[in-house]
Amino acid sequence: MPRLINLRPGRSLALGLTVVPFLALFLTYQAASTVRLAENPQDRLLPAFSTMGDAIVRMAFEEDKRSGDYLFWTDTVTSLERLALGVGTGAFFGLVIGLLAGLLPLMRAVLSPSLAALAMVPPLALLPILFITLGLDELSKVVLIAIGVGPFIARDLEARIRELPSEEIIKAQTLGAGTWLTLWRVVLPQMLPRLIDAVRLSLGAAWLFLIAAEAIASTEGLGYRIFLVRRYLAMDIILPYVAWITLLAWLTDYGLRRLNLALFPWYAAQLDAERKP
Amino acid sequence: MSALQLESLTKVYGETVVLDGIDLELASGEFCTVVGASGCGKSTLLKLLLGQESPTAGRVLLDGQPLPGEPSPERGIVFQRYSVFRHLTVAENVRFGLELRDGNRLLGRCFGGKRAAIRARAKELIEAVGLAEAADRYPVQLSGGMQQRLALAQAIALEPPLLLLDEPFGALDPGNRASMHVLLKELWGGTGMTVVMVTHDLSEAFGLGTRMLVLDRPAPPEPAAGARITYDLALGRRHVNGDHEATPLENAQYA
Repeated sequence: MPRLINLRPGRSLALGLTVVPFLALFLTYQAASTVRLAENPQDRLLPAFSTMGDAIVRMAFEEDKRSGDYLFWTDTVTSLERLALGVGTGAFFGLVIGLLAGLLPLMRAVLSPSLAALAMVPPLALLPILFITLGLDELSKVVLIAIGVGPFIARDLEARIRELPSEEIIKAQTLGAGTWLTLWRVVLPQMLPRLIDAVRLSLGAAWLFLIAAEAIASTEGLGYRIFLVRRYLAMDIILPYVAWITLLAWLTDYGLRRLNLALFPWYAAQLDAERKP
Repeated sequence: MSALQLESLTKVYGETVVLDGIDLELASGEFCTVVGASGCGKSTLLKLLLGQESPTAGRVLLDGQPLPGEPSPERGIVFQRYSVFRHLTVAENVRFGLELRDGNRLLGRCFGGKRAAIRARAKELIEAVGLAEAADRYPVQLSGGMQQRLALAQAIALEPPLLLLDEPFGALDPGNRASMHVLLKELWGGTGMTVVMVTHDLSEAFGLGTRMLVLDRPAPPEPAAGARITYDLALGRRHVNGDHEATPLENAQYA
């Protein structure tokens, strides 16, 4: 019998093992739901999958009586727009500040300590200030997400740039590059895949800020909806919405990872080389 | 045409004197090797020549003109590692300097006829260092020896009057190192560049150089003193093709 540390699953076994936790979750829920519904058919806590299916069909494919919208899709589009705008803004400023602080010692002296302090401010504590100053509309939600992810991305990129071998920066200068061309042709191209990685890491936080902002002040959006229907204990809507948010987050992460490998073949080659012993 | 002159070059870090008034004149086209024990200051000397650090006193002149205090295109450099850009293919790495020299100041790229000329020149260089097969690969996909060949091609693309080599073959296995020596001699012979190469491999220093410097610190009674040139050997060109006879110094090293 080989040692456990040397036992590796084959392809099909690995796939099977991947499915196990999801299947276990599904079956546990199914069993618990059946038991509760048998005791009390009016139970709202653990609705049957068929009830959830009905709720989603109602939300996604029937017009809302009041607004005439297909609520599930308007919620999704609204939330994704806010997320993309917020993360995009945060990533843009994070990139600019990270590049300046990472490459230019003078800018680092200005930016690095203040960024370190700023990153410690809990963004949710700023939410009331944003609502007061920017109003309850889209802007305050987008700004919250941008503030939430921007400093993290800036600090991550600054650290990545400082990890660049100083040899490359010197080499660029001996090949005729000044500050701008070193930034444009050596540092920036090497930071773009790092930026995408930093965005991937910050997506979890971005969703958190999005849902928090929507829960507090909004009239549509995935976060708004689940907090709204909570009043009616509508678990048949909340649970599918949570699953849908999870799926969207996972798809975004997966898509960004594939995009990174497709856009930056040198980065893919490097990851590949690092994986080999 | 490109003589290198060091005038009482001194480098002090805090209390430590690393280099103590180095004077040196190198004729144009000289291949000067610098050896010495680890920590004797040979890397510091190279950093001063490169402009990566500035001297505490003294100066470096190329053809009578002081060199700028930061790295510049007059000086090509090959480091032991990380000499090439990892986000560029072999061909792009070699084109890099040429594109910056001839290209748009804002984008650092060339278009049209200039672009074709640069591509052709880069192709020649890549063939000269034997990387034609690997032109579209990224550095991480190359062996250590191939990476150093690429670094050489990249550094000489701009035909710098002064080529600096910082233990360029230190991380290579002996077989690779020998073929790099052959390549380096060919490249140097074709250009007339002045070369300064720091190495800790004594036979490499004898085998490649036309002149060899030994840097050393004075013995412990004078701890505050920095390194000086303790030997300055003219090796002539008799070593350029093939092996050389071992000298007393070399024998002493291997004894």
